[in-house]
Amino acid sequence: MSAGPERAYDVVVVGSGAGGGTVAQALAPLVRDGRRVLVLEQGPRLADHEFTGRELEMAEALYVDAGGFLTRDGTMTLAFACAYGGSTVVYTGTSLPPPARVIARWGVPGLDAADLQARARRYADENNVHLLDDALLNDNNRLFAAGARAAGYRVEQFPVNVRGCRGSSLCNLGCPNQAKQGTNRVQLPRAERAGVEVVTRAEVLRIGADRTLAVRVAERPPGAKGAPSEWPPGEHRVRARVVVSAGGAIGSPALLLRSALPARLPRLGAGFTCHPALILVGEHPRAITNDVGHPKSFYVDRAAEERFVLETCMYFPFVTAKSLTGFGPAHSAVMQAFPRLQMILLLACDRAVPENRMAVDRHGRPVVHYRLTGETIAALVRGTRAAARILFAAGARRVHVPADPPLVEAAEAADLDTRIAARHFRPGTLSLSAAHLMGGCGMGRSAADSVTDAWGRVHGLPWLRVADASLFPDALEINPYLTIMALADRVAEGIGRDAPALLGAAGEPADA
Amino acid sequence: MLPAGPRLWRAIVTALVPEAARLDPDAWAELDALVARALAARPRRLRHGLALFVRGIGWLPVLRYGRPFVALDSARRLRVLEVLQHAPLLAVRRGVWGLRTLVFLGYYGRPAAGAAVGYRADPRGWEARR
Repeated sequence: MSAGPERAYDVVVVGSGAGGGTVAQALAPLVRDGRRVLVLEQGPRLADHEFTGRELEMAEALYVDAGGFLTRDGTMTLAFACAYGGSTVVYTGTSLPPPARVIARWGVPGLDAADLQARARRYADENNVHLLDDALLNDNNRLFAAGARAAGYRVEQFPVNVRGCRGSSLCNLGCPNQAKQGTNRVQLPRAERAGVEVVTRAEVLRIGADRTLAVRVAERPPGAKGAPSEWPPGEHRVRARVVVSAGGAIGSPALLLRSALPARLPRLGAGFTCHPALILVGEHPRAITNDVGHPKSFYVDRAAEERFVLETCMYFPFVTAKSLTGFGPAHSAVMQAFPRLQMILLLACDRAVPENRMAVDRHGRPVVHYRLTGETIAALVRGTRAAARILFAAGARRVHVPADPPLVEAAEAADLDTRIAARHFRPGTLSLSAAHLMGGCGMGRSAADSVTDAWGRVHGLPWLRVADASLFPDALEINPYLTIMALADRVAEGIGRDAPALLGAAGEPADA
Repeated sequence: MLPAGPRLWRAIVTALVPEAARLDPDAWAELDALVARALAARPRRLRHGLALFVRGIGWLPVLRYGRPFVALDSARRLRVLEVLQHAPLLAVRRGVWGLRTLVFLGYYGRPAAGAAVGYRADPRGWEARR
């Protein structure tokens, strides 16, 4: 590894996902004024042909720990990406506006739901968010809608941000057809065309009190996907006038925790939430279209009433196998029924509690302390029963859920409340995962209750901003990416407003 | 490197995924390579912990059945793993969960296993089905 020269920029954005990509595009006009804007992304930049849709190969290329990042007690996996475009490369593109009810509950002074929703609409337009045509919906989705209605639930269709979707069903492995309009397809290329520099395979180790970032650029491992970094491998020092941390709810708190920041931030890392999720399946008597077509078209939102959300989903053989309860012949029988499986994703709307938080180990690596609370387990139980009702109402002859035994036959549909009980939801036996990672740098009034203000300004450090889901002071209770973009848009606006004071005259060295 | 010697490893894999008993040597090699690759990316402490746990699975049945895991029939092997899966100690439950995840990765991570269960996703999407 070589030691590179010190480089100076006006604005350095750490991370290129929904938050970082949005900030990069929004600040790109500064480049016209002679400012230098840099995005540092830890992951690789993949070429279009490298998105093959093959499960393990793409998981290894795009996800942190190949999708197997574990909470500290090892009972839940957290799925988040590390690539040009961040987790917008691997989400399904579901695009919901920030819910006013939740934003009001957050109670962040200066944060207004109407303002966030207006910004979200702008990004929804930019990303071609729309409802898929009926002809493109598969049986897995149609059955969910029909079953949910028959079971008495209000069903809504997800707006999705695709352009030319061919229905590969492989969204979570990175769209092989470049149809999904993540920041890797929209905001980052625009920012780069406007002169923003993006450097991939660049991990920010820490931020110094003098606004110097220690950056390690990795070599492209032999045989790995993605282009080599734009900078030579080795250690680099980057001076910045403004730093925007947009590494997500794991990356941002971890970066700030291991940095020598000249501010007291007692709430840093606190308030981690993640919508713990379970995958529930129903087996139909006939084959259905499930592994073709967009996987996520409908949802049932019971967050306000029962603290859960049900969504359609369809996963790949390994993820499906690990997500089912148990093992052995009963587990195999469900896997053998793959073409007949209907799948539902249950998201529990957890709440920020003191014991669930982000930390770093002695090497500065992120550690997530997370335990299910009794309330979250109760939400998972209610949601599992609701999903089972929907699956049976859709015609499933049996469902596979956390129960003992896990297969519940249609004849037992009336006994769901006894068959599915809290005692079956013990950590270590459930295959819990989460992909909506939130909190750790929460917004609020002061350092006593938060890390940043409503504009992502870190308390006491006006040159340091946060622009990602770590800003959420509590769970959002719905898919978060449009809300992240709306918040990041505010952060960029705040930087633009403060630019004269923060950036000084264009062309001056960054340490002036 | 696998978390156990070949006899015990295959006994555990076939208990968790009975169809694995029908794999040919090439398929076993593919499964083992996927598991070894996944383990290699994990911290040494975790690998050692798993190896220790698996060794425990190997000998624990001596207390109950008077024979090690590899000498049990498939029903008893399954029973041992089920008991451990519901153990009062979180560390034990977590060990089973981790082990099954690893085995499923090796077995279902192979493209042939996906095809065998009827998984047909294709980057061409709907076009590939018409």
